[in-house]
Amino acid sequence: MSFPRNVRGWLDERLEWDDLIAPLRKKAVPLHRLSYWYFLGGITLFLFVIQVLTGILLLLYYRAGANEAFESVQYIMIRVQFGWLIRSIHSWSANLMIFTAFAHMFSVLFLKAYRKPRELTWVSGVFLLFLVMGFGFSGYLLPWNTLAFFATKVGTEITGQVPVIGKPLMIFLRGGEEVTGATLTRFFGFHVAVLPGIATLLLLLHVLLVQRLGISIPPKLEVQWTANPSAKREMKFFPNFLLRELMAWYVALGVLGALAAVFPWNLGVKADPFVSAPAGIKPEWYFLFMFQTLKLIPSKVWFIDGEVLGVLAFGLVGLLWLLLPFFESDQPSHMKRWITGLSIFALAYTAGMSVYGYLAK
Amino acid sequence: MAILRNRLRPFSAAHYVGLAGFVVLAACLGYGQTTNSCLDCHSALPDLLGVTQEKFSQDIHAQKGLTCVSCHGGDPTSDDPDKAMSRKAGWKGKIDHKQIPQLCGSCHSDPAYIRQFNPSLRTDQLGQYRTSVHGKRLAAGDTKVAVCTDCHSVHDLRAPNDPRSTVNPVNVANTCARCHADADYMKGYSISTDQFAKYSTSVHHQALVVRGDLSAPTCTTCHGNHGAAPPGVDKVENVCSNCHAFQAQMYEKSTHKKAFESASLPGCVVCHSNHGISHPTDAYLGTGPDAVCMRCHTPGDACDQARAGLLSSLSQLNESIKSADQILRVAESSGMEVGEARLGQDQARDSLTKARVTIHSFRTDLVDQDIQAGLKIAAKNLQAGKEAMVERNYRRLGLGISLIAIGMVLAGLRLYIKKIES
Repeated sequence: MSFPRNVRGWLDERLEWDDLIAPLRKKAVPLHRLSYWYFLGGITLFLFVIQVLTGILLLLYYRAGANEAFESVQYIMIRVQFGWLIRSIHSWSANLMIFTAFAHMFSVLFLKAYRKPRELTWVSGVFLLFLVMGFGFSGYLLPWNTLAFFATKVGTEITGQVPVIGKPLMIFLRGGEEVTGATLTRFFGFHVAVLPGIATLLLLLHVLLVQRLGISIPPKLEVQWTANPSAKREMKFFPNFLLRELMAWYVALGVLGALAAVFPWNLGVKADPFVSAPAGIKPEWYFLFMFQTLKLIPSKVWFIDGEVLGVLAFGLVGLLWLLLPFFESDQPSHMKRWITGLSIFALAYTAGMSVYGYLAK
Repeated sequence: MAILRNRLRPFSAAHYVGLAGFVVLAACLGYGQTTNSCLDCHSALPDLLGVTQEKFSQDIHAQKGLTCVSCHGGDPTSDDPDKAMSRKAGWKGKIDHKQIPQLCGSCHSDPAYIRQFNPSLRTDQLGQYRTSVHGKRLAAGDTKVAVCTDCHSVHDLRAPNDPRSTVNPVNVANTCARCHADADYMKGYSISTDQFAKYSTSVHHQALVVRGDLSAPTCTTCHGNHGAAPPGVDKVENVCSNCHAFQAQMYEKSTHKKAFESASLPGCVVCHSNHGISHPTDAYLGTGPDAVCMRCHTPGDACDQARAGLLSSLSQLNESIKSADQILRVAESSGMEVGEARLGQDQARDSLTKARVTIHSFRTDLVDQDIQAGLKIAAKNLQAGKEAMVERNYRRLGLGISLIAIGMVLAGLRLYIKKIES
């Protein structure tokens, strides 16, 4: 008997391994011309795992503190064997993960995969997207360079615009009135402890729900397949789809390696709180659409402060976005057209404003 | 005045006097009893006699509570011009040009009086003025020379730290130039009138006016303000050394110091000129149009050889810094972290600057120490840049191998999928 069979037999004897993986064997993935969108969730998960692994490696050398954070990242980049690769992969993977998370969300939206009974999958997914953006915001400050310092200053200032709770929230985030070393240490805490803890729990719930509820079929196809069950086409999740997913992960790994080797993540210049902010400072690309919107809102709209109005509007849109599945019908024949229209508008607005924000001076 | 009088025909003159009288009378009657009748009338008068409330309110003296009476005397409570401007009421009229320093000094030389407004304000201006060329000439009867109001303005006199003040550092050169750049006005004095034109092209003007560096010198920095006088030929280096301390220390011990003194040459000015000082370059040590050494030295002599050696050393360090900069720039644009070497380049540049300062010792051994220190740092940074480029290539090779490995795994997976699905 071969070694793998021996191991499997040993595990089966103790853990009833076959029963454990039985649901995976039963699971099937619908096959149609849009099936490749199903890879996005898995790629996002893969990038999250990369983040955790490279993050743990960076933790071996990173020191949080205004006087040593920049120097420790510089040390990682120059002195630590393959430190540059680990840090660059961590930074690139973070950006790619946010991109794939957004793409995954919009694919779910356009394929109407959020409707009953998958409302909770959507809600947990949107929370995960917010968390991923939180990871990006908190992680951006950790190298303590000029751009990160001022981006955090601007970002936390915007938080301070929220009525009533804004100011206390800003002070909580900053660890005081200003962005200082205290902000860095608490952002480090959020980035490596608080957010990963919550994200892991939510991720488990999200994957469990996907496992439990199966993969959604687009409404039109659902109607056709219900009328003509013989037309239904599926692929076994294990091993057929998983092997293809594995191929997608390898491609993602290749892309990450290429980006890290050809465009290593820049460290910039150490933050100096006493110099003025660089001209035309902008946040990371995934916050650009919100930043640009806030810039375009007039300083006063009727009697309300423009920035406050913008922050409140984004808060409201975020809440409605979270609750989107509850406005949708579960019947393919009664799908709400306005939700499809809203989805197209949201995608166009986010992409358009991001490009506008990138090009604007 | 005679020219003016001759130009006016009797009828016109009477017309203008009548009009002015009417304006004064109307103004006085119209405003009635006020606490400062001077401004009531003078705000309506034209040109030289006119002082508006708006203008006077800008004056530092008005802001400190002084009024017209403080300088001109008289009774400002009276609406009657005859009473207000009567000698009985102490009215002094227009202050004679020659008396102005004394009048200003009556307050500004009194420490007890000045202290109540500004305890840190000096009170030696009048004493200094009397030692100045302006003061001496005034005492000798020359009324064309500048007195306090010529530089500080009058009735709208502002504190020197006010950017609109005529004696604010940024405006001082323009103020001096009003007389010193006017060839007609300066006719009869044995000084040139090109100082302002030259200064406007100088590195000092560039620093002060263009870059707004208030530590850069203007006329008064070298010549003094109230005690303005040309620094003597033998004192020039004392003036320059106020800012250029290291150069002065080097020059003090150099052979040139004695040589210049014995030839009555004005120190720093010999090589750098005075008002039109340009940014010094290594070309000063060359043999081209900007060369300064070869103005005195003979080609081929020992000093000429030393000059050539110094120039060669400076050029060598300059080139080494440029080479290291170039490779570090390429490495940085390839994403390599060369921050440490970039910082090191600043040290190499500091060595070059130090060597240029040490030139003022005119000792090749001292300059060579700075050059060697700079060359060592630049070489280290160049090596760091080369290593960064090797590392970049190594990374790209590693990427290529990794991509091939990933490609092979992908092909293997594809074949395996094909096999299990066939």
